[in-house]
Amino acid sequence: MNISDLIIPLIFAGVLIYGLCRKTDVFAEFTEGAKDGLKTVYDIFPSLFCLVISVGAFRASGGAELLTSALSPVLDAIGFPPECAELMLLRPFSGSGAIAVFERVLTSSGADSFAGRTASVILGSSETTFYTLSVYFAAVKAKKTRYALFCALIGDFVCAVVSAVTVSILL
Amino acid sequence: MMKWIMTGLILLSVMFAALTNRMDSLTTAFLEECGNAVQLAISLTGIITLWSGIMRVAQSSGLTGKLAKLAEPVLSKLFGGLERGGKAMQYITLNITANILGLGNASTPFGIAAMREIEREEHSPEPEKASHNMIVLTVLNTASLQLIPTTAAALRHAHDSADPMEILPCVWITSVCALAAALTATAICRTVSRRKRL
Repeated sequence: MNISDLIIPLIFAGVLIYGLCRKTDVFAEFTEGAKDGLKTVYDIFPSLFCLVISVGAFRASGGAELLTSALSPVLDAIGFPPECAELMLLRPFSGSGAIAVFERVLTSSGADSFAGRTASVILGSSETTFYTLSVYFAAVKAKKTRYALFCALIGDFVCAVVSAVTVSILL
Repeated sequence: MMKWIMTGLILLSVMFAALTNRMDSLTTAFLEECGNAVQLAISLTGIITLWSGIMRVAQSSGLTGKLAKLAEPVLSKLFGGLERGGKAMQYITLNITANILGLGNASTPFGIAAMREIEREEHSPEPEKASHNMIVLTVLNTASLQLIPTTAAALRHAHDSADPMEILPCVWITSVCALAAALTATAICRTVSRRKRL
């Protein structure tokens, strides 16, 4: 058994026991919270829907592959593995898409190659930026998100650069 | 923001599909993704409902308040002007804890609850405009705080890596650099946007 398999059951049971000890009506509170959860999904669904179909369309259009092949000579010149370019482009948009591309890199270049390791570090140290932005701001109905996207993308860019640098130095 | 992302992606897809002669797969994608979006929403509904329930119990029994007190010295530096020990701070603490532990599906409901509490505590005169605290929380969630990259490691193992976990130090350094860069950017942007207003 893995330690990470313990986390969720332990949190659930622990929270219930703590609640009972503090004389909280755990069932009433749980169902009240669950109701809020349903409302949350209702609020974020339209945004999420738009993002999912837009990203799906972009993946089907072959745009990521086209951009990747256009970028790869440049990336090759600066020492960034071109195999990882598509992963870098897709990662902010789609979690499942990024995993599919990641597996392709591992299969074609090998998990312990420079490209495979860099891809692993990119996947392990980034999140699905656009999904997070759309869901979080949909929840508070904020239309003007100001510098949020810009700052988040700076983080993603730094992630790609530093992953290649750390892999080439440390591994 | 979303209007630009949506139109941008759709226009690019149509353009690229025309270039690569893939209009048929683009049409299929639109129809298929509608179903995928609903499926994603259904599985999200279950997960969000579960964690919202647990969160509510933890909150009303005073557990999250205790947790928030532990995290306050660090978090109060990132989030200014929020009520000490208030609900917003409690949910932010839960959100960050879930991220560090790698409970991706729990961090979303916690993060959303935190966004709403920030909105309530700040009650800004311009509700359509995201506040600095909201932006910091969102940017924090677009970076990775996860200590153990379980997905990447599991897939490396499945693809016969000699040492799936060897990437750990690189992942930590990369995550910290990316997070630091993104947070520094929010601080700089805030200063710039304040100057503009004066």
